[in-house]
Amino acid sequence: MESGNCCSRGRPKKEPGTLQKSLSIFEEDYWAINQQLSYLLKSTNALIVLLIDRTGQVITSAGDLSRLDVPSFASLQAADVAATSQLASLIGEKEFGTLFHQGRRDSIYVALINSNIILVVIFDDRATLGLVRVRVKTVGEQVARIFERIFAKLDRKPVATPGFDDDFALEAEAEIDNLFK
Amino acid sequence: MSLINYASREINCKIVYYGPGLGGKTTNIKYVYSKIAPETRGKLISLATELDRTLFFDFLPVDLGTIRGFKTRFHLYTVPGQVYYNASRKLILKGLDGLVFVADSQADRLDDNIDSLQNMYENLDTHGLRIDGMPFVMQWNKRDLPNVSPMDELDAVLNTLNVPYFPAIATQGSGVFETLKEVSKMVLRALSQQ
Repeated sequence: MESGNCCSRGRPKKEPGTLQKSLSIFEEDYWAINQQLSYLLKSTNALIVLLIDRTGQVITSAGDLSRLDVPSFASLQAADVAATSQLASLIGEKEFGTLFHQGRRDSIYVALINSNIILVVIFDDRATLGLVRVRVKTVGEQVARIFERIFAKLDRKPVATPGFDDDFALEAEAEIDNLFK
Repeated sequence: MSLINYASREINCKIVYYGPGLGGKTTNIKYVYSKIAPETRGKLISLATELDRTLFFDFLPVDLGTIRGFKTRFHLYTVPGQVYYNASRKLILKGLDGLVFVADSQADRLDDNIDSLQNMYENLDTHGLRIDGMPFVMQWNKRDLPNVSPMDELDAVLNTLNVPYFPAIATQGSGVFETLKEVSKMVLRALSQQ
């Protein structure tokens, strides 16, 4: 039995590259997005507003997250959107721009902001679906504009990643060794 | 596509375990879940059938800690291995930062490994992703079983890109962390090279 040690053949190893550019969000845009989400939360009486990307990673949020398992929720919500999107294409639709899950107490309204970003509103019977729908449309347009700005910045310059140099990689490797002992 | 949030000081990266059905992808993630400190991991989400076959994906968030002031988190996903669920597999690959191919070492599964690997390349292609240069490692799982192919043969047949590979017995945890460590390091190295 052999197990556990890394092997590779004599040929030179390929250096790891990158797949896609990172989505980097800087202070100014972050606070602008947060302002929009706070407005959406307050103006609809919603419980929680989340902004996540299509891979299920949380960008930012508003509301009380203390009782929500946020990583799990975001991952499943992204999967929900991805599966629904495929369902749309199977019936000849390009995309379903919104999803709505109605519960007995709490409900979830989901809107695609652009091809990468998803806005999620969790609300109870103190909010109304009509108002959530209207406000999400307005706020969604504002957030979409902010992301256009972010993507334009990322296109203009190679992602500026202050602090992510070789020392960062070394420090990260030490943490990884420590975690997976 | 890693997400770097400079305002909330967070980095999120996505690692996907790929491979043929019943090859041990879920077992890898379950072992990680069982062995790391509870405060460094989130809930293990498993969308599986009643027979414990992965239907959509398994998901485990792992907190690496704070590096240079950035809270760094890996999201580990598995894909369903059964041929039938290719639509789901395609979806899970979206936005990935690192890839682990878990091969079943048993000699009679060699063709399944080849098919799954080919399927992975095709699905990456549909997302416009190139495997060449991607943080990618392979794992030869089930090395404890009697009818396994020699590692040299697996390497020659499956590892055409000459990426790092690890023998493993995921049910016992052997090789699981080594595999994850290597791909995690490659992902963060790639991030620092952007």
